[in-house]
Amino acid sequence: MTDMSADVSPSRPPRAPADQPRLPKERLLRIHELMLEGRVLEERLIRMQRQGEGYFWIGGPGEEAFNTCLGLLVKKGQGIDHDYLHLHYRSSATLLAMGAPSIDALRQMHNTKTDPYSQGRNFVGHFSKRAWNVVPITSPIEVQYSIAIGTGLAQRRHGGDSLTIVQGGDAGTAEGDFATCLVWASRPNAELPMLIIVTNNQWGISTAACTQHGEERIADRGKAFGMRTAVCDGNDPEAAWHAISEAMEYVRTERKPFVLEAHVSRLYGHSSSSGSNYVSEELDCVIELEKKLDRRGWRSLEESKQMRAELEAKMQGWYKQVLGEPKPTGKDAFDFVFADRNYVGES
Amino acid sequence: MATVVQAVRMALHVGEAQLGVTDIFGEDVGPPLGGVFTATQGLKTAWSSPLDERGIVGAAMGLALAGQKPVAEIQFCDYAFNTIDLLKLAGNTYWSCAGDWNVPMTLMTPVGAGIHGSLYHSHSFDAQATRIPGWKIVMPSNPRDAYGLLLSAIADPNPVMVLLPKALMRARAETPDELIPGEPEDAKELRNRIDAPVGERASWEPDWPDTALELIPLGEATILREGSDVTVVTYGRLARVAMKASDVLREQEGIRAEVIDLRSLHPYDWPAIEASVRKTGRVLFLNEDTEITNFGEHLLRRTCEEIFGELRVAPRLHAGAHLPGVGLADALENASVPMLDSTLDAIRELARAPEVGRSMRDVGIVTKKKPTFDFTLDPRELEAQVITRSVFGRSVRYR
Repeated sequence: MTDMSADVSPSRPPRAPADQPRLPKERLLRIHELMLEGRVLEERLIRMQRQGEGYFWIGGPGEEAFNTCLGLLVKKGQGIDHDYLHLHYRSSATLLAMGAPSIDALRQMHNTKTDPYSQGRNFVGHFSKRAWNVVPITSPIEVQYSIAIGTGLAQRRHGGDSLTIVQGGDAGTAEGDFATCLVWASRPNAELPMLIIVTNNQWGISTAACTQHGEERIADRGKAFGMRTAVCDGNDPEAAWHAISEAMEYVRTERKPFVLEAHVSRLYGHSSSSGSNYVSEELDCVIELEKKLDRRGWRSLEESKQMRAELEAKMQGWYKQVLGEPKPTGKDAFDFVFADRNYVGES
Repeated sequence: MATVVQAVRMALHVGEAQLGVTDIFGEDVGPPLGGVFTATQGLKTAWSSPLDERGIVGAAMGLALAGQKPVAEIQFCDYAFNTIDLLKLAGNTYWSCAGDWNVPMTLMTPVGAGIHGSLYHSHSFDAQATRIPGWKIVMPSNPRDAYGLLLSAIADPNPVMVLLPKALMRARAETPDELIPGEPEDAKELRNRIDAPVGERASWEPDWPDTALELIPLGEATILREGSDVTVVTYGRLARVAMKASDVLREQEGIRAEVIDLRSLHPYDWPAIEASVRKTGRVLFLNEDTEITNFGEHLLRRTCEEIFGELRVAPRLHAGAHLPGVGLADALENASVPMLDSTLDAIRELARAPEVGRSMRDVGIVTKKKPTFDFTLDPRELEAQVITRSVFGRSVRYR
């Protein structure tokens, strides 16, 4: 496996090496399209919040390169023979890459009854899709690390090559659930087939990671548990693709955990509560990819610009459609309390 | 004749054999110990986890999401308090995703005082548990209920919490009704068949009796003693205490107390409470959790709101004192939580309390229709309802 972590330090996030293996043209062009749609979606969601068409925005602009690759590499489906995904609230690009339509995220932002992820109950970015093993995303930044060990246990027993993917940010690793995940995933002779991902944007809300975390690399914590680890440039889709692929291959075949730390940007701040303004100081993975595609002669900057305009027009149409869709009523709050009888809502 | 802990073990075996239980796990749950109370001895799917309550609850949730059938144990509920946000999550998952995912997990944990457990082996959990929507909560007081409620918990498609009174772990059936269908009546025979021997256990295997798959419906109370003078609504350890108190007061003072064992705390059997209070007009809510923000307070409030007119005297709550802990010494523990003496006093005082002027049922308070919070009633219908009561000549309008 390529060791991409040799010269990483918190003050200097990893960059993809110059000899980074390339992806085939068609694949990278497809990744670009998905990343662009993810970015256009997030920018529309931010605008909706500002216009009062949604109460709160939180999302993943800056994580598109890594998350798009993750979504494309998932063994997608329902049940134990497929990968389970315990994601976080910056995972929109993962869902889009798996095939989720953008309009559904707009629905969740506008808290409509037609929102397929929560029917207007939860914030945007809080996806749930049982048909694809996407476990409900929650607002706490750590709980997924404890819950994921359960699907990992089931998959260890089941065999096969499916795995459990759990993802959170760097700040969430300060919580005990991250340690829980490392302990339970590495019990002797009971290791779990888990891909433990930390997307490191070096921020926890408004607090810089370097002011709170003394560890040089988060992934190193896995080493104490005998885990394979890697650190990658999550802003470069080719680096991310290869890092995820290699980590997945290891977990699928060895049935043991792997900690993958991906350095990414946070391009619109933590959420709407911190202004959700574009952060020009951070690397923009979409712009970087467009430059790369232009350099290779695979897609010109003008073509990318045209593609963005087309996506924005599409998004505008979906947005207008969503504004006309029904909202839940007060009565709907009483549905789905229990899965057998609705003790609270039934007559 | 099984103890409560043997009943739990037999239910778990039936759960494995007939309900597809895949994992019974927690701290010291697997061999050789089989749990600190031996509740999980000899079970095929029992295994010991790290000493990590958040991991235990999280793993159970994940296993349930992956289509498994987990029964997780928190060794003492005193150590479950750092799992509250995960418990909330298990309770809100089905609701938050509008029915996309359900979490069919069972969590069992020993609760309450009565074993000289001091600060961290005497906590109650019923007040906390009933504050977490989306969970079903049960608490048995005898071996058969422990058996049947646990099996119902396992069969349920929701998260279900089984609170096991520590003080009753070695309690046996007191009446034929409390025997588990199919269990050997001879306690020694049962012990020889399903209790692990002292010492070497590697080659030991239990010889499970052929007990029936008996499911006690969640939400159904049982009347342990019938009576017409006063109603006692209780559960867990104090159900047994209330039975004893009821027997003493009946024999010695002619007070006939009706004892309702709720068994299920959520959903709970309001019709059983209501029917008894309509009969007696006097009601004591009895549990041992601390008294401020106590589940019995909810029942008392509902009684006042919905059947106030049936009351002859003010309803009462007898619960644990609002103290930071249950002390180790006898006198400290006895002062902290209801025991037989204080329960006798509470029932006696209630039974002998003079009626408040005329009976409240005679002063013109008429409940035309059941108001809110009836789990058998659709709250959505209530939007159209306006219930008017005439209270002391004044008209009160409320939903």
